[in-house]
Amino acid sequence: MRRIDKDQRARIRLTLNGRALSAEAEPRMLLSDFLRHSLGATGTHVGCEHGVCGCCTVLIDGTAVRSCLTLAVQAEGRDVRTVESLAAADGTLNPLQRAFQNHHALQCGFCTPGILMSFTDYLARNPRPSEADIRDVLSGHLCRCTGYAGIVSALLEAAGYRQSSESGSKS
Amino acid sequence: MKPRPFAYVRPDSVDEAVAVLAAHGDDARVLAGGQSLLALLNLRLADPAVLVDITRIAALDQICDLGDKIEVGAAVTQNRLLAWPQLAEKLPLLAAALPFVGHFQTRNKGTVCGSVAHADPSSEIPLALAVLGGEVVLRSQRGTRVLSADAFQKDMLTTTREPDELITAVRFPVNSGRGVAFREVARRHGDFAIVAVAALVDGQGAVRLGVGGMAGAPAVRQIAAADGSTARGAVDKMAVELEGYEDLHATAVMRRDLLRRLGPVVIDEAMRCAA
Amino acid sequence: MSFVGTPVRRKEDPALLSGRGRYADDLPTPAGTLHAQIIRSPHPHAEIVHIDAVAALAKDGVWTVITGEDIRKMSDPFLVVLKAPVHQWSLAVGRVRYVGEPVALVVAESRYLAEDAAELVNIEYRPLEAVVDPQAACAATAPLLHTEAKTNEISVRKFSYGDTKSAFERADARVALTVEFPRLSFTPMECYVVVAQYNAADDGYDVLANFQGPFSTHPVMARALRVPGPRLRLRIPPDSGGSFGIKLSVFPYIVLMALAARIAGRPVKWVEDRAEHLVAASSGPNRITGIEAAVTKDGRILGLRLDQLEDYGAFLRAPMPGPLYRMHGAITGAYDIANVDAVNRVVLTNKMPASLIRGFGGPQLYMALERLVQCIAVELGLDHLDVIRRNLVPAAKMPYRAAAGSLYDSGDYPRAVATAIGHGRLDDLKRRRDVARAAGRKYGIGFAAVVEPAMSNMGYLSTLLTADVREKAGPKNGAISMVTVNIDPLGAVSVTADSTMQGQGHETVLAQIVADQLGLQPDDINVVLEMDTAKDQWSIAAGTYSCRFTPGTAVAAHIAASRMADKLKDIGAKQLNVLPGDVELVAGKIRSRSNPDNAAPFGRVAGTSHWSPVMLPEGMAPALSETAQWAPELEPPSSDDRINTSLTYGFVFDMCGIEIDMLTYQVRVDRYVSMHDAGRILNPMIAEGQMRGAFAQGIAAALYEEYAYNDEGAFLTGTFADYLVPTVSEIPPVEMLHQETPSPLTPLGAKGLAEGNCMSVPACIANAIADALGVKDVQVPATPRRIHALMEGSGR
Ligand code: FES
Ligand code: FES
Repeated sequence: MRRIDKDQRARIRLTLNGRALSAEAEPRMLLSDFLRHSLGATGTHVGCEHGVCGCCTVLIDGTAVRSCLTLAVQAEGRDVRTVESLAAADGTLNPLQRAFQNHHALQCGFCTPGILMSFTDYLARNPRPSEADIRDVLSGHLCRCTGYAGIVSALLEAAGYRQSSESGSKS
Repeated sequence: MKPRPFAYVRPDSVDEAVAVLAAHGDDARVLAGGQSLLALLNLRLADPAVLVDITRIAALDQICDLGDKIEVGAAVTQNRLLAWPQLAEKLPLLAAALPFVGHFQTRNKGTVCGSVAHADPSSEIPLALAVLGGEVVLRSQRGTRVLSADAFQKDMLTTTREPDELITAVRFPVNSGRGVAFREVARRHGDFAIVAVAALVDGQGAVRLGVGGMAGAPAVRQIAAADGSTARGAVDKMAVELEGYEDLHATAVMRRDLLRRLGPVVIDEAMRCAA
Repeated sequence: MSFVGTPVRRKEDPALLSGRGRYADDLPTPAGTLHAQIIRSPHPHAEIVHIDAVAALAKDGVWTVITGEDIRKMSDPFLVVLKAPVHQWSLAVGRVRYVGEPVALVVAESRYLAEDAAELVNIEYRPLEAVVDPQAACAATAPLLHTEAKTNEISVRKFSYGDTKSAFERADARVALTVEFPRLSFTPMECYVVVAQYNAADDGYDVLANFQGPFSTHPVMARALRVPGPRLRLRIPPDSGGSFGIKLSVFPYIVLMALAARIAGRPVKWVEDRAEHLVAASSGPNRITGIEAAVTKDGRILGLRLDQLEDYGAFLRAPMPGPLYRMHGAITGAYDIANVDAVNRVVLTNKMPASLIRGFGGPQLYMALERLVQCIAVELGLDHLDVIRRNLVPAAKMPYRAAAGSLYDSGDYPRAVATAIGHGRLDDLKRRRDVARAAGRKYGIGFAAVVEPAMSNMGYLSTLLTADVREKAGPKNGAISMVTVNIDPLGAVSVTADSTMQGQGHETVLAQIVADQLGLQPDDINVVLEMDTAKDQWSIAAGTYSCRFTPGTAVAAHIAASRMADKLKDIGAKQLNVLPGDVELVAGKIRSRSNPDNAAPFGRVAGTSHWSPVMLPEGMAPALSETAQWAPELEPPSSDDRINTSLTYGFVFDMCGIEIDMLTYQVRVDRYVSMHDAGRILNPMIAEGQMRGAFAQGIAAALYEEYAYNDEGAFLTGTFADYLVPTVSEIPPVEMLHQETPSPLTPLGAKGLAEGNCMSVPACIANAIADALGVKDVQVPATPRRIHALMEGSGR
């Protein structure tokens, strides 16, 4: 039985994007803070800290969850993946990321990492979703900039409905 | 928006879990999916001394087919139940209602039992449990209790669980082949309902109509031989009896009107689904 | 080829898509940085009797607890345009005036600890009566927010253009209406972040914050801190998670954290959380408009009267009351109305202070004006669209001087309307309506026509002052934009500009503009938009707001790059041994037009100024860096209060069909068409993104979002579970149409385009609801609760 006292800091070990990492944390430390400030993975964003906006979504053992509604200690021993894991080591974007660029699916980009992680999970489970399914999953995220239209187009491309529109000149 | 300090305990078994609850009583809170609890902690609206994380107790992470009932363990997430291959056949009402519970991302972590434990008056799973006449299984060092849904949820966020008790499972009676329907009105997709209505047609063609968001707990009425006008009459009576309540999104009158509009539609859908 | 006008994909995206953005909370903090937690007022109005921080200070890891009394000793109240005795410091002094007002600050070793300690600070309040309703606040008996001001209605200005009196006398009819526009915000997903340092050696502050501008606020902050401007070094991070006007209002916190860093003797970091943001960050002002038209029987508007009462909450903060004046020159909207009387009134109430928000006064104005036009049609028995068309400014009158002073630079409004309703679009809407109504359903059609100003004349706010006061203060007008194009030793190009980034794709558009001039690819252009007030060029107009980028910063980039190109052509001419007129910059080369084989790589020629200034043509200053200051002519307010409030004016015409869901009382948008004329489009993909974003925010204002207070002043929408930001499920599809009438006033011909739908959508949907239910009073957001009340009232 794992037990950590109120003011005690315990070493939390987990795998982050394939690398075994650890840092000390109190039991109350949120996973979002732990990732950003203890492990330095700032790609995961925090937009509400009460589970509504979806900015903080990460994968734990492949499943997309709100990291602001997860304690760091709950991720102990788990495999955590964040947006930093998506592109290839040389920076090449993966098809989902590319679709976002092709369809202007981001403006400020603050909501984007969470959305990418949700769909990394969802498309792995359901590679050929309907547009309604895509919208249903996307409704777990708030985006203030785009009005969502570009995001839906990008996700349709990622789900194979659209040819990747590399219409814009390469930039 | 950071939680107050608390101790964290992650028992490996149900026995360990109930021992911790027995030791701490009211000072302990059970942490399952945490989709409501963590938000409350972040807002400093809850103040537990100890969090008891039950999510790694393998025995609680099971969906068991008991024949006439389906038992869903306390660590089973909403999405796991939603993906259970026999859900549509054995629990069609849950298959209809679960997609309205939060969002994909919160259902990935939020548990079925946690939603029942939280006892929000307009949430979908307690409503389904009530309409189906389901049960809640509670374990403590003193033994095991099985409560019917209506004996469990008493009021808004209030249940008859004793502080030393752990909800180990909920049981939904199998309702294969029965007509069901579910609808809700929410401000946005995935929000808690303003009013939610669920109907189940029983063997005799009567309808069990359940309503969330009208009172402190889901309300269920048996409506006999429901043709259009009896249905409307019964729903109207229910609306008057329940009264409804006012919050930011709706007045009590509006809640009653919503029930009057939705109730007959849902009954009709359930009857047609049965036919 | 030309990149301007094409959908170049964004340079910003790869980093943002990979988690490599550099937002304020991602950047490294100085060693020893402490963390702040603000203690906020739970009361809408109360005296602060006593603050006891002993228990908090006794806690391990707590460095200091700061109160309004500390702040008052070290800083001055914020300057405002209006000379009224309404003083605001960065913490409440003596009295709190809204729920959420900062009262004390705890500085500790972590945010978690600071929050713990904040709960130990004991503050005793003596509650006072609060006033929330703007009209009630104007009453003589209302509780006073600022006793020295002796009234809550701190500014009343009357304006008269043309001969409104006689217009009303000769009219066939009068149509009047009262319209309320609610409080809301566009809550960027990233909240405020401030990291402040104090350097005792030079008594200076160095602050990182996700501030958006306008930088006219910089002197306000420096004055509050009692330092000359250069000793408030403000840095803006490279990325910001959205703004929409809201991130101007981080400025009081910049001052607060700067003071905290000084008191604590350590750098202090504060990351606003969402609860703080919703209760206190910023809100658009709510406005009550009484509007009346004098009309002929065929619906021609002869004169207009407006009484605009705008509620700025507990304090007037710079640059308020902007929303009341930003649209002033264009107060007649898209219509040719010669006679207007207007009364502008500013009132203070016990709510969070109002400030910048996308649309900035437009949504408030058009909700009144466009609802009025619909009411004119209803009351005179005319077709709504006919009334619109009868009053639109005719194309032949362009450029058009509006009654209150705006100069509409170009446009063809009637043609835009004709295009929008063409191709069977209007017929389709009518058919949908007829089918729905025949089935007993509630369906309505709405229209809205709006003029969308861009790049504010910085002098517009002085219209608030009377002509003689303005005279004494000296003229305020114009708006400067600045961009610098640099060349490095190997001829690589970089660009800095006076705009701040919050996702608008400025990096990409600037690269397109500069690439075109220099014959390079957008990828070759390195655009650096983080700002540092100590080292970058800026003016009071700097920042990103009021759509100043396209008519302003983009133009400055174009000028700077073309000047640089001219210099490089001269240098190239010498090296290629041809006349300067024969040189062109194409495809990464500098070459002779007449003999393209006579060419040199761009980099080699461009680097000349670094390596060999002697090789430059006689008398030429080195071509290392070129800064353009674009300062188009914009007059200050005239003695009769006419003011051209902005440089360019675009046009938006919206048309929609909505249905009321009879089961749920929800408004469902069935079809929405939005026609834009924003002059020349620099990047259609980014433009479309801006418009769709504005559209979604328009839907949010029309149907979902409101900062709600109860009558006692309690705040009711303190979480994202109560303050309803629409998800993808709530945003209907929209058909966007475009017409391009270039602005003759800017070299690129581009106008603003990112605010129009914030202005048009609430009015268009309100008009459709009025049509569906046959009602006159439609309050937005049109929530199910409000629709239910309307349907109850209309005797369903
Ligand atoms: S920050 Fe976690 S859902 Fe908003
Ligand atoms: S891109 Fe800014 S919030 Fe989504």
